[in-house]
Amino acid sequence: MQQIIDRRLAGKNKSIGNRERFLRRHKEQIREAVKRAIDGRGIRDIERGEDIHIPKRDISEPVFGHGQGGVRDVVHPGNKDFVRGDRIARPKGGQGGGSGKGQAGDSGEGEDDFVFALSKEEFMQVFFEDLALPHLIRTQLAEVPEWKYHRAGFSSDGTPNNLHVVRSMRGALSRRIALGAGSRRELQELEERLAACRATLKPGDAVMAAEVKDLEERIEALRVRVKRIPYLDPIDLRYRSRIKVAVPTSKAVMFCLMDVSGSMDEGRKELSKRFFILLYLFLTRHYEKIELVFIRHHTQAQEVDEENFFHARETGGTVVSSALVLMEEIIKARYSPAEWNIYGAQASDGDNWHHDSGRCRELLNDKLLPLCRYFAYVQVAEEEQNLWEEYAQLLDANRHFAMRKATEASMIYPVFRDLFKKEGAKAA
Amino acid sequence: MNPVSDIRSRPKHRPLALEQPLPLAARPGEPLPAPSDWSFELVEQYHRVIKATAERFGLDTYPNQLEIITAEQMMDAYASVGMPVNYRHWSYGKEFIATEKNYKRGHMGLAYEIVINSNPCISYLMEENTMAMQALVIAHAAYGHNSFFKGNYLFRMWTDASSIIDYLVYAKDYVAKCEEKHGLDAVEEFLDSCHALANHGVDRYRRPSRKSLAQELAERQDREAYAQRQVNDLWRTLPRRAEKEDAAPESKRFPDEPQENLLYFIEKNAPLLEPWQREIVRIVRKVAQYFYPQRQTQTMNEGWATFWHHKLLNTMYDDGFLTDGVMIEWLKSHTNVIYQPPVGHPAYSGINPYALGFAMYTDIKRICDAPSDEDRAWFPDIAGTPWLPALDQAMRNFKDESFIGQYLSPRLMREMRLFAITDDEGQSELEVSAIHDDAGYRRVRESLSHQYDLGSREPNIQVWNVNLRGDRSLTLRHFQHNDRPLHDSAVEVLKHVARLWGFGVQLESVNAKGDVSKRWQVPAPHA
Repeated sequence: MQQIIDRRLAGKNKSIGNRERFLRRHKEQIREAVKRAIDGRGIRDIERGEDIHIPKRDISEPVFGHGQGGVRDVVHPGNKDFVRGDRIARPKGGQGGGSGKGQAGDSGEGEDDFVFALSKEEFMQVFFEDLALPHLIRTQLAEVPEWKYHRAGFSSDGTPNNLHVVRSMRGALSRRIALGAGSRRELQELEERLAACRATLKPGDAVMAAEVKDLEERIEALRVRVKRIPYLDPIDLRYRSRIKVAVPTSKAVMFCLMDVSGSMDEGRKELSKRFFILLYLFLTRHYEKIELVFIRHHTQAQEVDEENFFHARETGGTVVSSALVLMEEIIKARYSPAEWNIYGAQASDGDNWHHDSGRCRELLNDKLLPLCRYFAYVQVAEEEQNLWEEYAQLLDANRHFAMRKATEASMIYPVFRDLFKKEGAKAA
Repeated sequence: MNPVSDIRSRPKHRPLALEQPLPLAARPGEPLPAPSDWSFELVEQYHRVIKATAERFGLDTYPNQLEIITAEQMMDAYASVGMPVNYRHWSYGKEFIATEKNYKRGHMGLAYEIVINSNPCISYLMEENTMAMQALVIAHAAYGHNSFFKGNYLFRMWTDASSIIDYLVYAKDYVAKCEEKHGLDAVEEFLDSCHALANHGVDRYRRPSRKSLAQELAERQDREAYAQRQVNDLWRTLPRRAEKEDAAPESKRFPDEPQENLLYFIEKNAPLLEPWQREIVRIVRKVAQYFYPQRQTQTMNEGWATFWHHKLLNTMYDDGFLTDGVMIEWLKSHTNVIYQPPVGHPAYSGINPYALGFAMYTDIKRICDAPSDEDRAWFPDIAGTPWLPALDQAMRNFKDESFIGQYLSPRLMREMRLFAITDDEGQSELEVSAIHDDAGYRRVRESLSHQYDLGSREPNIQVWNVNLRGDRSLTLRHFQHNDRPLHDSAVEVLKHVARLWGFGVQLESVNAKGDVSKRWQVPAPHA
C-alpha cells in the first residue's frame, strides 16, 4: 500500500516568482494606480494595500481564433419548443453561443478590468520607488528599527547567564519537600517505634530483637531513599525570560504647513502631499504616537483637518509668517517641547509678500527652530524668490533645518537626506 | 479537474477488460467510520476499499500517489496549468491572481482535485475537503482519470507519463538560466511570442518520438549545433543565386508542403534565433504537445472519471462500506458537477463536459444492460453485450469528436433535448437546423461531434511559403472552415510570429474556393 504524502508544509508560494513577473510587466499601470491612491488617501493610512485595475485587453494573450461570421452549427441542450426550420432573431452583441467552449459567458462579462490587490509591502515598494528612496532608507522605513528587551517572567529554559538562582533553589526546595514528605513521615514513625522498642527491649527477647532489626533495616532503606532525592534537578532551573519588543519611542507631533494661495495648483499640492507623507512615514518608525497638525495659509493662517488641507482652495496673496506664528501658538498651547518631539514640514511655491520673508526667517530662527527636532521646507516651484533667499541663510547655523526645491516626486527625498542619514548612522 | 498525462511501461499484453465485475470478497461488519474530518488513517482506509472495488471492475491504472495539499498550494498548481512545477512566466502569475481573487471572494470553489498524468499518477487532495469529499476525489481522480490516462489511445500516443515531471524541472531550470543570462525582458518577450503559437505547435498526424530527459539533454547540444548549421545552409546559398535567377519564376515554394506545426517550423528554420531561443521554442512546443490529448478528450475524460466515482462509491454503499451521510454529501457535490443548465438560463455557457460525458457513459451501460429496439437498431454491436468491455472500448479508442459521433444515442438526445442551430452570416436570422426527432438525430449528433473537432474549434493555419530570394518574409495561410473568418486578434499574433521569425510575416485567409479573401501583414520587428 502506498503512503499518502503530506505536502502541506512543502513549497508554499510557488507562484511568487510568477506574481513578481506579472507585477513587473504591469509596472506602469500599477504606478499610476499607486499615484492615484496616494492622492486619494489620508496621510495616516498610506500603509495599506490597494486594488489595482488593469484593462483586460492589456493583459490578454493573443491567439489565433475564429471571429464572427461564416457558417456554423451549434448544438445546445434544453430545447423547449423549437422544431426544425424555426427561425430565430440573431441575439444582439453577436455572441452566438461560442464555439463549444464557454465563450459566450466570457464575452458576456464585457470589457471589465482585471482587478487584483496589491499587498501593503508591494504598495510601499512602488511608493518608495517613485520617491527614489535609496535602498538603505527603504529597509529602514520598512522595518521597525529599534528593539528593547523586556522582562517577561520566568521560563524553564534559557542561557546560563539568565539563570535565576533564588527562583531555581526555591523550586528545588519545594520539590525536595514534596517528593520526600511521605518517606520522611514514615521514617519518623518508624524511628519513634524503634525508640519505643529499644526502651522495652529485654535481653533474650528474640521476637523483640527481630522487630528492632526489621525496623532498623526499614529505617535504613527509607534514609537511602530520601537521600536519593536530588538536591538540584534540571527541572528546577528557572531562567529570566526576556522578550524583544519593538519600541517606537514616545510621541511626536508633526506640523504640516502649506501655502494654499491661488498659485498653488493641484499638481503642486500633490507634490506637497508626498513630502508630508514621507516625513510622516519616517516618524511612524520612531514614535509610538504621532499627532498631525495641518496649518494652511494665504494671508492668514488657520488650522484645518486633512480633507480641507489638501482639497480646499483659496485665492489671494500670501503671508507665510502667519502660519509660523500659528504654529508657535499651537506648540505653546498644546505641545510642550519637553513632552513632544516636534517636527515641522512646510511646503510652498516660494511666493510671499516681500516684506514678510525676513520676518519668517527671524521667527524660524528665534522661536521655532529651537523647539523643533527637525524642520524641512520644500519649495514646489523653480524660481527663487526672497523667501528662499532668507531661508537659505538659516542653513549654515541650523543642522536640523533642511530645504530643497522639488518639481517632481523623486526630488523630495533629498530634503530629508540628512534626517535619514543621521538615523541611519545610529542604526548602523 | 485538470489532468496532465501518461506512459512508460506499456504492458505487452494489456489485461483484457473483465466481462463481469468480480464478486465482493467479504461484506464488512460495519461501514467505514464517517466523521467529517479526515485523517491519514481514514484516507488510507477508504483508499484501500476504493482500490479493491476498482479492481473488481478491472480498472487498469498507474500506481497511485496521493498527496495532501493546502488550498493555497492548490491555487499554485492551478495557476501553472495544473503541473506541480513549471517555468516562470507572468501569465501564470496572472492566472494565480485571478484564481486567488475568485476563491477569496467565494465566487468559485476550488477544483476538488488536480490529477497529473504521470507515472505514478499523482492526485492532489485538498486539506479543506471533508472525508466524504476525499473519498469522492480518490475515486474520481486516482481511479477514474488515472485509468483514462493509461488507457486512452491519444494519451498513449502523445504523452510520456514517466518523464513529464523531469522534463518540466529541466524546463524550469533552463528558462531560469536564460533569464539570468539574457535578462528577464528578453526571455519574457520571447515566451510571450511562443505562447501565442502554442496551440500551433503540435503535429496532428504524426506521432512524436518518446524520449527520456537524459536523451533530450544529450541531444540538445547536437541539436543546437545541427539546427544552426541547417539554418545557415538554408540561408547562405540562396540569396546569392537569387541575383542570377532574378527572372526565374517563383515555382518552388519553401517548405515544399505546407506545414501545420508553426513552432516546429520556426524552431528549425527561423534564421535569426539564437540557440537558447530555439530551445525555448522547443520547450513550449513540448509542453503544448503534452496537453494536446487533454484538449481533445475533455468530455470523455471527465465523463469517465465521473462515471467511475459514481459507480465505485455506489457499489461501496451497496456493499455496506459507506454510511448514508457520506453518500448524501458526495452526491450533492456530484449533482452540482453534472448540472446542465438549459440554453437561455443565466448560468448557461455551453455544454457541460461533465454532464455530457457522464450521461454518455451511463447511457452506454444502459444500452448494454437493457437495450430498447431503438438501441438495437442504432448500436447493434453493443446492445445487450456485457457492459464492462463495451465501456472499456469506448474509453480507449476515441477522442471527444469520434466518441460523440459513435455513441450519442437518440434517447440521450431526447433526454438532454439537444438541438442544432445554424448561424449563417448570409442570413438575417438563425435557423434551427435539427432537433431531437427522427429526422434530426443524425444531424444533431454530427453537429455536436463536429463541435468537438479541434480542427473546427481552432483555425487551421499553416506555413505556406518563405520568400528565400527577397525579403525573407514568411507567409502563413489560414484555410477557412465553413468560411469562418479569423478573429481580430490575428494581427497581434502575427506580431509575435514576426518576432520569432525575425523578418516580415504575412497571413492569407483562404476560403473554400481557394481564393485569398483577406490578408494581414506585419513588418519585420526592429532588432
